[in-house]
Amino acid sequence: MTPRLTADNLRLAYDGRVVVDELSLAVPPGRFTVLIGPNACGKSTLLRALGRLLRPAAGAVLLDGEPVARLPTRAVATRLGVLPQSPTAPEGLTVVDLVARGRHPHQRWLRPWSDADEQAVGEAMAATGTTDLADRAVDELSGGQRQRVWIALALAQQTPIMLLDEPTTFLDLAHQLDVLDLLASLNREHGRTIVCVLHDLNHACRYADHLVAMRDGRIVAGGTPAEVVTAELVEAVFGLPVLVVDDPETGTPLVVPRSRTLAVAPA
Amino acid sequence: MTRPPWRRRRRLVVAIALAGALAAALMLSVGMGTFAVAPTDVVRALLGRAPDELVFVVRELRLPRALTGALVGAALGASGAVFQSVARNPLASPDLLGISAGASVGAVLLLLGGNPGPIALLAASAGGASGAAVLIAFLARRHNGRTPYRLVLVGIGVAAALTSVTSYLLVRAGLYDAERLTLWLTGSLNARTWADVGVVLPAVVVGVPALAACTSRLRLLELGDDLATGLGVCVGRARGVSLAVAVVLAAAAVAGAGPIEFVALAAPQIARRAARAGDPAVVVSALCGAVVVVGADLAARVLFSPIELPVGVVTAVVGAPYLLRLLVRANRPEVA
Repeated sequence: MTPRLTADNLRLAYDGRVVVDELSLAVPPGRFTVLIGPNACGKSTLLRALGRLLRPAAGAVLLDGEPVARLPTRAVATRLGVLPQSPTAPEGLTVVDLVARGRHPHQRWLRPWSDADEQAVGEAMAATGTTDLADRAVDELSGGQRQRVWIALALAQQTPIMLLDEPTTFLDLAHQLDVLDLLASLNREHGRTIVCVLHDLNHACRYADHLVAMRDGRIVAGGTPAEVVTAELVEAVFGLPVLVVDDPETGTPLVVPRSRTLAVAPA
Repeated sequence: MTRPPWRRRRRLVVAIALAGALAAALMLSVGMGTFAVAPTDVVRALLGRAPDELVFVVRELRLPRALTGALVGAALGASGAVFQSVARNPLASPDLLGISAGASVGAVLLLLGGNPGPIALLAASAGGASGAAVLIAFLARRHNGRTPYRLVLVGIGVAAALTSVTSYLLVRAGLYDAERLTLWLTGSLNARTWADVGVVLPAVVVGVPALAACTSRLRLLELGDDLATGLGVCVGRARGVSLAVAVVLAAAAVAGAGPIEFVALAAPQIARRAARAGDPAVVVSALCGAVVVVGADLAARVLFSPIELPVGVVTAVVGAPYLLRLLVRANRPEVA
């Protein structure tokens, strides 16, 4: 049974500066949820709070109804995985060593390294196409390879819920789609709940089952991409006039920014 | 513990090799000197099956010195490995961060009053080292956590300040005390007794395994606080406990032999590279520190015989160029 992740009346603050207030959210279990919004809207902050990397100033994040803050962090780590934005690996650390660290929450003093661990690491590397990189140093890899290795680390943790903060940054278009396809297949084939912060609205529309649009620390809209992504909403959230058309490939909404310099024919 | 088996083998091989090197260095250290003893005679003397004067030289004069050196080196190696790991910076060793300097201030204050027992010296060193650690933590604090780099900068500043306190104490001291303390501050293993062994031994026997047990958490902390939390580590507690133990080990090393420099800086890096470990290889690092200190002491006694240099002079001569290399590399823009 996939655990349910909910946020109840969250207030999130850095150094007393409130970024998010009175925010409640129920993450749909077994679905691919994408958080969108302009810079500094609080979407990464919200993701950090959901992953218990940031302690709420008020309210609570609940995992199956229990406040995450009151659960042992190691037990949480078997149900909830978090991949922060642009992590860094220690110098010289090899790929397989890094991915193996994802098994930490599953290990105990008396049961150190098991076949299940070995298998999980192997599967995570196979799924991300990093098997051939196993003995390379992480800091010597290209940006695209490195990002796949970090995702392999999160995969090896084998949590039913995965939270990812901008997993496609620094990647070229083909690699961005590789990562999103991988997440989509994890979601569809393994029933994992994915919550992901993305900048590219069109990618969000293509891959998300559920979109959450944020602005100024508040959720402005939530629902399927077709429900959420309208020209009015995008303009309200991003302050940018756009056209929304059907994606010729998938039929999902496709956002086309209006030109600010060229005179265009009215839509 | 939490290492995949295929990475553990190399670490074990390196540890065994270092243990062998340590045994050899100890043997040489006990055998060499103005009065040379052959290895077979060393063993005989250790077992008490030799003339009384040989037994005395080996058991009471040279063995305590060699063992104190090994234990001090082990304490420095393990402590340095943990500091560097937590700060995610090869420059962050207890000697550069002012932890050893704090221990020195505590010890010098006590030594000015005469010849304290080893236990009193340990207490004073530990007090000084903890004071320095608290000061660094306070000065490096930020509202949203400490950045590793900031910790190093603040630590170097604290080290400079505490060293000047020691200098002030030396200036105020009488000529005899000043000379005695200057030698002590270089780091020396001269005239160590079983009482000195008795002070450093418990710290190493408890501290090194305790830090080794923290390794699985330290390994994740090296990936950053966020990932470590996500993987189920109580970041604050893991960091606090391991640093507290590392501070005590650094203090014990100072109490045992004075502030021997550069060992805590270099030994963990040598160990890490040799074991190809992507984490603080605490036990390997402790073994490496022990080999370095016993070896340096051996060199200090033999190279300029009959003059016996303090061991700290040798580690400084070898360690200073290494530090320069680290600094040059740290200032080079990263190759993308």
